[in-house]
Amino acid sequence: MKNWLKKNGKNFATYAVVIIAFIVMQVLSNAGVLTRSVKGYLIPICVYIVLAVSLNLVVGISGELSLGHAGFMGVGAFTGVVIAACLKGVIDNDILRLLLAMAGGGVVAGVAGVLIGIPVLRLRGDYLAIVTLAFGEILKNIIGNLYIGKDALGLHFAFKAENLHLAEGGKKILEGPMGAAGEKLATFGVGFALILFTLFVVLNMVNSKEGRAIKAIRDNRIAAESVGINVTAFKMKAFVTAAVLAGMAGALYGLNFASVSATKFDFNTSIDILVFVVLGGMGNILGSVIAAAVLYVLPEAMRSLYDYRMILYAIVLIVVMLMTWSPKFKQMVQIVTAWIKDSVRKLFKKSGKEVGLNEER
Amino acid sequence: MTETDLSAFVIDCQEREETVLSFIQSLINGISIGAVYAIIALGYTMVYGIAKMLNFAHGDVIMVGAYISFCVTQYLGLPPIVSVLAAMVVCTLLGILIEGLAYKPLRGVPSLAVLITAIGVSYFLQNAAQLIWGSAPKIYPSVVAIEPVQLFGGQIVITGQVIVTVVASVLIMVALTLFTGKTKIGKAMRAVSEDRDAAQLMGINVNRTISTTFAIGSALAAIAGVLLCSTVPTLMPTTGSMPGIRAFTAAVFGGIGSIPGAMLGGILLGVIETFSKAYLASEFSDAIVFLVLILVLLVKPAGLLGKQVQEKV
Amino acid sequence: MKKDNYPKHMVEVTTTNLMREQDKGKLPVLDVRNLGIDFGGLTAVDGFNMTIGPTEISGLIGPNGAGKTTIFNLLTSVYQPTRGSILVNGIDTKGMTTAKVNRLGVARTFQNIRLFTDMSALDNVKVGMHNSIKCGFLSSLLRLPPYFKAEKEANKRAMELLEFMGLADIADVKAGSLPYGVQRRLEIARALATNPSIILLDEPAAGMNPTETEELMHQIRRIRDTFQIAIFLIEHDMNLVMNVCEGIVVVNYGRIIAKGTPEQIKNNPAVIEAYLGKKETD
Repeated sequence: MKNWLKKNGKNFATYAVVIIAFIVMQVLSNAGVLTRSVKGYLIPICVYIVLAVSLNLVVGISGELSLGHAGFMGVGAFTGVVIAACLKGVIDNDILRLLLAMAGGGVVAGVAGVLIGIPVLRLRGDYLAIVTLAFGEILKNIIGNLYIGKDALGLHFAFKAENLHLAEGGKKILEGPMGAAGEKLATFGVGFALILFTLFVVLNMVNSKEGRAIKAIRDNRIAAESVGINVTAFKMKAFVTAAVLAGMAGALYGLNFASVSATKFDFNTSIDILVFVVLGGMGNILGSVIAAAVLYVLPEAMRSLYDYRMILYAIVLIVVMLMTWSPKFKQMVQIVTAWIKDSVRKLFKKSGKEVGLNEER
Repeated sequence: MTETDLSAFVIDCQEREETVLSFIQSLINGISIGAVYAIIALGYTMVYGIAKMLNFAHGDVIMVGAYISFCVTQYLGLPPIVSVLAAMVVCTLLGILIEGLAYKPLRGVPSLAVLITAIGVSYFLQNAAQLIWGSAPKIYPSVVAIEPVQLFGGQIVITGQVIVTVVASVLIMVALTLFTGKTKIGKAMRAVSEDRDAAQLMGINVNRTISTTFAIGSALAAIAGVLLCSTVPTLMPTTGSMPGIRAFTAAVFGGIGSIPGAMLGGILLGVIETFSKAYLASEFSDAIVFLVLILVLLVKPAGLLGKQVQEKV
Repeated sequence: MKKDNYPKHMVEVTTTNLMREQDKGKLPVLDVRNLGIDFGGLTAVDGFNMTIGPTEISGLIGPNGAGKTTIFNLLTSVYQPTRGSILVNGIDTKGMTTAKVNRLGVARTFQNIRLFTDMSALDNVKVGMHNSIKCGFLSSLLRLPPYFKAEKEANKRAMELLEFMGLADIADVKAGSLPYGVQRRLEIARALATNPSIILLDEPAAGMNPTETEELMHQIRRIRDTFQIAIFLIEHDMNLVMNVCEGIVVVNYGRIIAKGTPEQIKNNPAVIEAYLGKKETD
């Protein structure tokens, strides 16, 4: 039992935190405590948690710096919107339609992951980073100029509005730079389920022979090869799994708003997700969950500070990075905590004696 | 040859001449924007080569430089050359300050941590600029007062900015090459970039060398900012970020860490961008630029002029 | 091996048949023919020929910079040879990746220890067992019964290997925090976990004290006897090489200068010259 706890305690805690947070939010929401705007954050938070956890699989566990994660999110988002629009009228159950859209978003993003992974994963370090950035921008660029319409004949694709050639009664789903008209299908419950699914996949993967192989490659590529591990194949597994999860999260995101445009899925969003991962701790899944939730809410919570909120966010980011990494800062923190501990102990000793005396009497 | 044939031939020739001329014009425009990328990329490449970090805030230093020169000419009414110098001074100080406050404490920690800090600095600069100068775009008047050169009866125009940008980028490249090759501090920089520990053991002050590199990189960013806004005259807090990413791409394209590589990469990137806008699909120019980058890296994983380093087993 | 295959510049060597009695008539585990590699214009290894029987312990010695580790890197496909061929259990490894060569049966350790420093000793060995753990990706993801069965078996075998190398008590310790000598033994355990038919040890005794080295000598023999595999080692500790190895190959400037039993090598003038330099009076 003790051994089991030691091995699985952290995973258990991760699930527990997510489930408790969900229950608390549900209760607060039903009690009517939450304002409309706070409720509006719930689904995006779920989306960003999934994105952060999946990116952590690539950056933290596999050790490859990817700067194009938002591209997969975008692919998933638009695939999801298109699928949901196609199934409208075919399937009446909205939740089922949402789930199918998410599954489709995951599959298409996964295919994009394979196509991108083949060239990208041959590169190393900063070159891999710049190429993932490039692919993210390419995906954004393509989605941003894609027109998709639907009519009686089926789906039409084009890169120019006038080439769409929709028949009478046809409907445009995706309109290039204008984005797509989504449909509000997403629910907090599905978002929560997606987080659980993501945790299940990522944690199980990390704690299996696949995960060991991936971590081994990160720790020492040459040694991993020398014990018979196919490096590219396992980097690919991590990369594609992360892409699939990001695609599913993207579909949920796309179906949460009345409209989505490709500019949302650019480099800056990729960077935001990366910030969640690094601040939460590389390879630390629970850390990603918490960092994504807190850092998404933080700028929103500081809305009352108007123009100062983003600059404060930037300062918080820099200070947190310095505090967690700088040896000097660490030393200072150690000295301060030691001092506090010491003075607290002294304080307690005094009061402890007094308490002891009182007891004797 | 009949009369109609002849006139068709003449028209054909004229069309051909026009296509050739428009090709040359595109080339010139491409080289011009490419030269700006090259100057930014030179800053990126120097900092990367010596401090081994991706300074994502570099693009935002460019923006600060442009704002400073804008303020000096517009509000103080001083001549453009003074504004350039002022921008260089401010950016140099800013570069040293950023390096000292945000990057120096993180020497020796994983590069990803430094990268995120650089992103924080980038956010900070953008938002600080927004607070100071507002988010509305400003129209930046060109600092270049040279008359445009007109060729082929005005069919090809080489503006003063183009001349100044190209000349400046070449001068900067030559100066940097001489600096790193001939001067004592330049040699120290090369030593630090090769092997930081060994350089330290040889008595080189690594911290000071890195600070100097940041100072030089930031001064270059100021020049780049002025030239960028002279070419593309809208100035806002986010002006630097996309050219920054482009220039970073250019540096990787040419082989990051290599000075001629940054120059080559910048020019090529500018030309590819302009050509894909002129001849392919303008809406896909981003995708085309990045696609070319990927293809190059697949064939030459260390960039065009970069050195491939094999890990020792 | 035919004698005329040897390049002409080679020093004449008295070749005795080094194969152990029990290896005779069997396919050699490693058969290297005329191997060579150039880096740029520089020839690092040239005309390297040797065979190793299925249960032979052989040594590769030579002065610093003689090309010993380069030969190991060639044998494990870290480098692709410029010339010649390498047969592992009769199969040519030309163009194969390091991982594939390992699956053919070649495992190795590294001169500058390469453990997975962030993982426990046990996990290091389990990574070595990667290809023998029979459990699909889906079973792992969905935690199906095959996963638990495979993990249980893997744990058991990994512990057995650690015990074999005398490392059972540090199974849960992070590899990076172990002392040097222990790390070297853990690397051997990890290499053994891949079920190799030959194991290449690159300076296994480097950084060990005399007691540890003594212990290592016994362990090397025990590895051969228990697993019935071949061992090929690079080592500067002559005491270890002369005591453990049945056949020795000496290289200098990337070429073989002598081959033979420890006795023959000890008295070979070419070897003495390579190590001590030419006498001035000669």
